Amino acid sequence: MAQAQLDLAANIPKPHHEEERRWQDFFGFSTDHKVIGIQYLVTAFFFYLVGGALATAVRTELATPDPDFVSPELYNSLFTVHGTVMIFLWIVPAGAGLANYLIPLMIGARDMAFPRLNAVAFWLIPPGGTLLLASFLVQAPQAGWTSYPPLSLLTGKVGEEIWILSVLLLGTSSILGGLNFGVTIFKMRIPTMGLNDMPLLCWAMIATSALILLSTPVLAAALILLSFDLLAGTSFFNPTGGGDPVVYQHLFWFYSHPAVYIMVLPFFGVISDVLPVHARKPIFGYQAIAYSSLAISFLGLIVWAHHMFTSGTPGWLRMFFMITTMIIAVPTGIKVFGWLATIWGGKLRLNSAMLFAMGFVSTFVMGGVTGIMVASVPFDIHVHDTYFVVAHFHYVLFGGAVFGVFAAIYHWFPKMTGRMMNEPWGIVHFVLTFVGTNLTFMPMHALGLQGMPRRVAMYDPQFTTLNQVCTLGSYILAVSTIPFLINAAWSWLKGPKAPANPWEALTLEWMTSSPPPIENFLVTPVLKTGPYDYGSRKTLAIRQRLKQMTGSRPKEVGVPVSQAKSSTVFTDDRSTMVVEPEKDIK
Amino acid sequence: MNIPSSILTLLVGIGITLASLWYGQNNHLLPVAASAEAAEVDGLFNTMATISFGLVLLVEGVLLVSLVKFRRRQDDTTDAAPIHGNIPLEIVWTAIPAIVVLGIGIYSFEIYNNMGGLDPMAAGQHSMHAHRNMKGSAIAASLSDDPQPPEITQIALGIGASPGKEGQEAAINVDVTGLQFAWLFNYKDTDITAGELHVPVGQEVQLNMSAQDVIHAFWIPQLRLKQDTIPGRITELRFTPSKIGTYPIVCAELCGGYHGAMRSQMIVETPEEYAAWVAENTIANVTNLQKTIAINPAELSDGEFLAPYADEMGINSEVIAQTHHHSM
Repeated sequence: MAQAQLDLAANIPKPHHEEERRWQDFFGFSTDHKVIGIQYLVTAFFFYLVGGALATAVRTELATPDPDFVSPELYNSLFTVHGTVMIFLWIVPAGAGLANYLIPLMIGARDMAFPRLNAVAFWLIPPGGTLLLASFLVQAPQAGWTSYPPLSLLTGKVGEEIWILSVLLLGTSSILGGLNFGVTIFKMRIPTMGLNDMPLLCWAMIATSALILLSTPVLAAALILLSFDLLAGTSFFNPTGGGDPVVYQHLFWFYSHPAVYIMVLPFFGVISDVLPVHARKPIFGYQAIAYSSLAISFLGLIVWAHHMFTSGTPGWLRMFFMITTMIIAVPTGIKVFGWLATIWGGKLRLNSAMLFAMGFVSTFVMGGVTGIMVASVPFDIHVHDTYFVVAHFHYVLFGGAVFGVFAAIYHWFPKMTGRMMNEPWGIVHFVLTFVGTNLTFMPMHALGLQGMPRRVAMYDPQFTTLNQVCTLGSYILAVSTIPFLINAAWSWLKGPKAPANPWEALTLEWMTSSPPPIENFLVTPVLKTGPYDYGSRKTLAIRQRLKQMTGSRPKEVGVPVSQAKSSTVFTDDRSTMVVEPEKDIK
Repeated sequence: MNIPSSILTLLVGIGITLASLWYGQNNHLLPVAASAEAAEVDGLFNTMATISFGLVLLVEGVLLVSLVKFRRRQDDTTDAAPIHGNIPLEIVWTAIPAIVVLGIGIYSFEIYNNMGGLDPMAAGQHSMHAHRNMKGSAIAASLSDDPQPPEITQIALGIGASPGKEGQEAAINVDVTGLQFAWLFNYKDTDITAGELHVPVGQEVQLNMSAQDVIHAFWIPQLRLKQDTIPGRITELRFTPSKIGTYPIVCAELCGGYHGAMRSQMIVETPEEYAAWVAENTIANVTNLQKTIAINPAELSDGEFLAPYADEMGINSEVIAQTHHHSM
């Protein structure tokens, strides 16, 4: 029963495989996209803990107005490495890891287009990350993750060069991954799957890959030139030699604004996939959500100078970038309203994955509205480089991307490991994360508006109370990782076995066993329904047929659903129960 | 009692609208506005806060209602209605945000223009630096013997004269230099160098700003004005303070370990107080130079302490520009 498939003839994996997965594979140079996906996710999560520890240190320093916890120089290193780790070693690789694991399965492929390149892309990350953290042993970078010259040419030179090399490695990894995703999605789909039959995560990854390929090389160029200024005494950006520091800012933001979308678009895809499954309702406006990803991707390339409204940017250019930035609100709004309409009138399974997905919408919208505000030049002149901006981008990247990562992990954990996660602890994790996020980042809006600049180790004592609230929130966030860590580790080893399709989802990754066999599908799968055809007659008919078939073999019950607390595998209340009915509403 | 859903929707809509309007006017999130332009920016913020608050209420409301009303009931294992979309509804929620952001865009443009952000000469024709801008770099060589400061080939950036005042010189002109970790203010007309900014209320002030070492950002929250100071470039801010008081000057661009301590003050005072301050400091500057050895630096204010150094080093925007020019 647990192995039953919608298309029984085509999709049932054979009971024994020619090769078995060995645990050692996860520690070596494997070319299997599923192994690499998990390697990415575990590595990224490790760096999330590192980045989180750095953030906790930063918030501890800011609990008092005076620089009394660490020295001001070390404080600058802490937030510099915090930003770099969270961006290049947590969110970007986490998105790449999910895409790696899911895209071939979602499009019915046996692996990525370039499996060896895929492994190389992953194996650039551990040295890149180790290099960055090792800079604390010599002289950590102190110029912020933006690394603006001339400051970056004057402070922590050794650390700065280490930072450049590390980001170059990680950027290369990202480019290789982006190339691989694009080619895989366009060239490796099963013959019956058109572009408009793809799960929305695939659309999101097309948009992400385009951004990675177009913008990351520009960052590499900027960093190499900065490296020359630093090591060879050239003057590309150094004003004392006639260079122009503003040129660096343009090159840097030409990558680093799209980087925001590189970080958040994959999770737009995740949310678009998780919400319909647990709402038991088709995604609302498939094409609008799919194409809005492309619109965001294109617009994301022509808004970079909104990070430079108070820098050396002429008035007319400020107006141009204000308009393009504001237009991004339209495709983003289309997505948010589409998600809300998907939930509305659904039959919501309120499990951890769904709660994180709904939490994503809830917190992301805060980052969205403040995003429109900071796009407005006269207002941005006031709040640029203040805690208002810190609040804004943490709502987007923490309230958005990180909630997306957790929604994805709770949703696909059964597929990846073949085990179910513990739901009550998942909900504890969600509540702690949600409360911690708002407690940490909400007061920062007020701090910035009232006059507190960002990246300061010491501040005006009038801001003490709000800062202490933020610090308390950050401690709650630190604690929130504990239930998740224990839950994930315990469930992976000892959790209840997961059926192939515990959520009754319709996308292809659920049409193979959990975890999938080495080459994913033993027979090329055939699409019987669209990715989100919940409640449609055809889907119900297929399910009915399956029920009859499984009904004749009642002994083959998989996991009792009450144990999984998640789903009702192929049953409904009008017919014979094949599996134990659920006790709780989940 | 059964209230029809259309009426319920209307009531909720009115409720959200009223709550947003109230929030927009009563958020008290911004500090006091010390100029007319700052008050205009506050109006813009309050408008955006109204719209944003309404939107957030709507989204969170939909999520909360769904959480309760549409949660799956026990033993209900069926799917929900297969609704794939609704084109008119999608057009509505594409068009409304588009119109709203267009409106905010136009509103922002108006305010920005009124502040002087689109001063057509960008640098402000009136300033000495900009005056040189008008001539091409080819003329630069012939001007190099000129006793006036050398040519600046880059245009100045920031907030210039408001429409109607273009081409007019501001009443008070101050050269501002950012350096790790202090601000230096050099009054052109009186040759005063100070560590804090004194300005008379109601008169237009023009700041010509540069940086000596790294990029800094000059921010006065109560004026809602901020502009980076960039080594090798001149940036400017122009404003008319309308409220007497002492306001913080904050460095907003990361400039090193003590970035957070790089603070000063702007003192907006009556014209009489300002004149008295000018007189006092004109004398102070002279006496300071004579008594340098006898003075305990710890007893001096930043401005008094730094003035001789600034003179000695000749720190001002022209010198930096000159260095830049020669090195090319």
